[in-house]
Amino acid sequence: MEGTQTQNEVQFSEKAMAEIRRYISHYPEDRKKSAILPILHIAQAEFGGWVSPQVQDKVAEILDIQPIEVYEVSSFYTMFNLKPVGKHVLEVCRTGPCMLRGADHLIEHLENRLGCHVGENSADGMFTLKTVECLAACGMGPMLQIREKYYENLDPQKMDQLLDDLRKE
Amino acid sequence: MGLKILTEHINVPGINTLETYRKMGGYRSVEKALKTMTPDEVVEEVKKSGLRGRGGAGFPTGMKWSFLAKPEGKPRYLVCNADESEPGTFKDRVLMEKIPHALIEGMITSSYALGARTSYIYIRGELMFVLRILEKAIAECYAAGLLGENILGSGYSLDLHVHPGGGAYICGEETALLESLEGKRGNPRNKPPFPAVWGLYGCPTVVNNVESIASVPWIVNNTGEEYAKIGVGRSTGTKLISASGHINNPGVYEIELGLPVEEFLFSDEYCGGIWKGRKFKAIVAGGSSVPILPGELFLKTAEGTPRVMTYESLSEGGFVSGTMLGSGGFIVMDDTTCIVRNTWNFSRFYHHESCGQCSPCREGTGWMEKILHRIEHGHGHMHDIDLLVNVSKQIEGNTICPLGDAAAWPVASAVRHFRHEFEWHVKHPEKATAPGAVYSGAEDLAFA
Amino acid sequence: MAKITFDGIEVEVPDGTSILNAARKIGGNVVPPAMCYYTPLKGSGGKCRACLVKVTAGSAKDPRPMPKLVASCVTPVQDGMVVENTLSPQVMEARKGVVEMLLINHPLDCPVCDQAGECDLQNFSYAHGTSGTRFEEERRTFERKDIGPLIQLHMNRCILCYRCVYTADQITDKRVHGVLGRGDAAEIGTYIENAIDNDFSGNVIDVCPVGALTDKTFRFKNRVWFTKPVDAHRDCPKCAGKVVLWMRGSDVLRVTGRKNEYGELVDFICNECRFEKKEVADWTIDGPRHIPRASVISANHYELPVINPQVIADLPESTTKELQIIPRPF
Repeated sequence: MEGTQTQNEVQFSEKAMAEIRRYISHYPEDRKKSAILPILHIAQAEFGGWVSPQVQDKVAEILDIQPIEVYEVSSFYTMFNLKPVGKHVLEVCRTGPCMLRGADHLIEHLENRLGCHVGENSADGMFTLKTVECLAACGMGPMLQIREKYYENLDPQKMDQLLDDLRKE
Repeated sequence: MGLKILTEHINVPGINTLETYRKMGGYRSVEKALKTMTPDEVVEEVKKSGLRGRGGAGFPTGMKWSFLAKPEGKPRYLVCNADESEPGTFKDRVLMEKIPHALIEGMITSSYALGARTSYIYIRGELMFVLRILEKAIAECYAAGLLGENILGSGYSLDLHVHPGGGAYICGEETALLESLEGKRGNPRNKPPFPAVWGLYGCPTVVNNVESIASVPWIVNNTGEEYAKIGVGRSTGTKLISASGHINNPGVYEIELGLPVEEFLFSDEYCGGIWKGRKFKAIVAGGSSVPILPGELFLKTAEGTPRVMTYESLSEGGFVSGTMLGSGGFIVMDDTTCIVRNTWNFSRFYHHESCGQCSPCREGTGWMEKILHRIEHGHGHMHDIDLLVNVSKQIEGNTICPLGDAAAWPVASAVRHFRHEFEWHVKHPEKATAPGAVYSGAEDLAFA
Repeated sequence: MAKITFDGIEVEVPDGTSILNAARKIGGNVVPPAMCYYTPLKGSGGKCRACLVKVTAGSAKDPRPMPKLVASCVTPVQDGMVVENTLSPQVMEARKGVVEMLLINHPLDCPVCDQAGECDLQNFSYAHGTSGTRFEEERRTFERKDIGPLIQLHMNRCILCYRCVYTADQITDKRVHGVLGRGDAAEIGTYIENAIDNDFSGNVIDVCPVGALTDKTFRFKNRVWFTKPVDAHRDCPKCAGKVVLWMRGSDVLRVTGRKNEYGELVDFICNECRFEKKEVADWTIDGPRHIPRASVISANHYELPVINPQVIADLPESTTKELQIIPRPF
């Protein structure tokens, strides 16, 4: 988390703003709105793993569009968390090929270990457990994604190890 | 060992860097095309190659290119569809991750052929780590004069950008992808007009899959005629196959089209057979959208002809006893697989991924999932089975985009080939819902 | 110009005309129904799939049939095109399917819905639906959202035609509502608490084909078939001021824009006309509103042209009064 956010003001870090400007430069001048998805990704990384309405309003301001145009987009794409999340968001693939190799068991195992259901945060607020659809890792399932990283060929033992490592971070 | 066009150097250390990639012969097609060929000549080679779109539909790439409108005063765009999200398919991701320059080289050569001055690679947002790899490779190209103004002194200029999606399977549909690239919800457009006339920002646009574009350099280097010699009939060239599920060697394999399916499935060079010494039950051969086939109908057609890996051979028998090569996503199932559970899983996927724009898909995908959920969990009725097929028929062909068909086919084909399993779930819910329970034969259907 | 054959009838229309509008030029029963297409709104159409038709010949130049049914509202005609609508069993079957899809999650609350009697979905299902349901699952419901003091949003009834979104985009300067979420969880909303409020916001009520957006000032006031619609106008500085007053006795219960025979607004009207001018004295009455005979709104007051004037003249005064027949100058 690098940006700052108070009740009334949302401020991206200079590094993030530079990245945002770089993305905006990729599209024709009158098509700034094209940068909305890259900017939402940057915003999510900047402000604690989710995009609050205030953050989304700021994105609208940067792109010169109505806030509703951002809400429409952020609620369509599943990668954007619209509610606060834990420090680590575990996104476990639940689709066919991963299921064939044991994704259901992995999800059940995680629910037990974290003491929460899919879609919820663990009691200590450290983890958010999400299931997602196919992440293009079908030959390496079961697998999950944490931020930008894929963890593949998982089983309950490897999963426990991973959770331990994450807790220590 | 078959011919490798795309993945020959995939295991060369440092192949992700420009230096190594060039050392292995990379970017020759850019030199050749930009300095010695006209754009139309490049298009002509791709046409001659018979290359078919590798995203799933199999539409001839050269023909798609030749449809591109060229009105005065309007820019043209090439957009690479790297939104690989079809369950069972992960070839583009592996290719981009390991050899990013293969795609970038293809993008430069193809953009030149189409007269695009700005091109985009639309990559699914989840693959942010691959986006970083591509951006690094693109930066190398700018520094080496392979991108930007006056590429290699040829007078041709191109800007190439990578654009991340946000998590939506539907953006793999080309017009939804363009909407998304314009910063909107990924709602597919009504067609006509097609992107070739009205694409990105209302300009003529070609949208091609990663693998299709990455195949162009070889075609330019070796001519379309040579490419057309690989493969069988209208299935020319090589194809990346993503193999997953209950096999010994899951992974991405480049095959020459025409390879016998039995060899692909059982030889150690490829899938290595069914894991744990189990039996081959069923397969979804072209990504989750294509009809599921029982093992025996996959290996041989209904007439008993052994199938080979071509668009034509896999679709022999139509929807009655055939399937499709699609995106080349092989999902293999052993004899412990519950087809009902699998069908429900796929149905849930399409329900989750429907954009919600048109009514048959928005309402129908959810309805099918709910019925399948009930059957799988022991609350189904006999009439639900026919209802499922009927609902799938109400979706198929009546939606804005092919997602409706993609949602309908797996359900209809599962009932067609595995009806007895659905009936078993209805008749014996207590047995069928036991953990790990699998229908094992006709005797399971008899009333106790 | 392009000449096409629609359900066996030849019609000539300018190039670029949609199949639906070509059919509307013929008129009558061959016209496909449209739940989302709306002529005054650019970009509308293609979503509900109610207007699917079969193209049996693409054009004179390329007479191959189109492989799938096409949405007639967004598919342009080609010279020599041959289209089947009511003649095609496949189209009728698909349309039955679309009705079913639109109804499976639609609440059965017509008895308390203000739209009842002038609801496109009611009409559509009456014309093309079946009497039973095959849907055994729980219906989808949405949380109730307040979008301001003038407009009532019932998301459960929405068919996601997007018309209200296009309206806000195209005739107001600042859109605050849109389609949120995805798939069958997609909904019309403002995301954060916000009122849809600007001079022309009320038009979203008129363009809504169902009871998802209704007039709060008319809420539960009356059933439309008990009201008497009359055309009226006033000099309005903001809009054309041409409206329909929905009256009961001498009370103006509701003001709406005037719609053509396909339910499309002729003029968008301003909120002042719609919500604030509820006195007869505010308006100049132009005469009775033409309502199609098939509409339930006509049930209690048939128009004079269908009845021999002599019949009315012969009726006792008490009866004509009860039927609220407005004497017409002949």
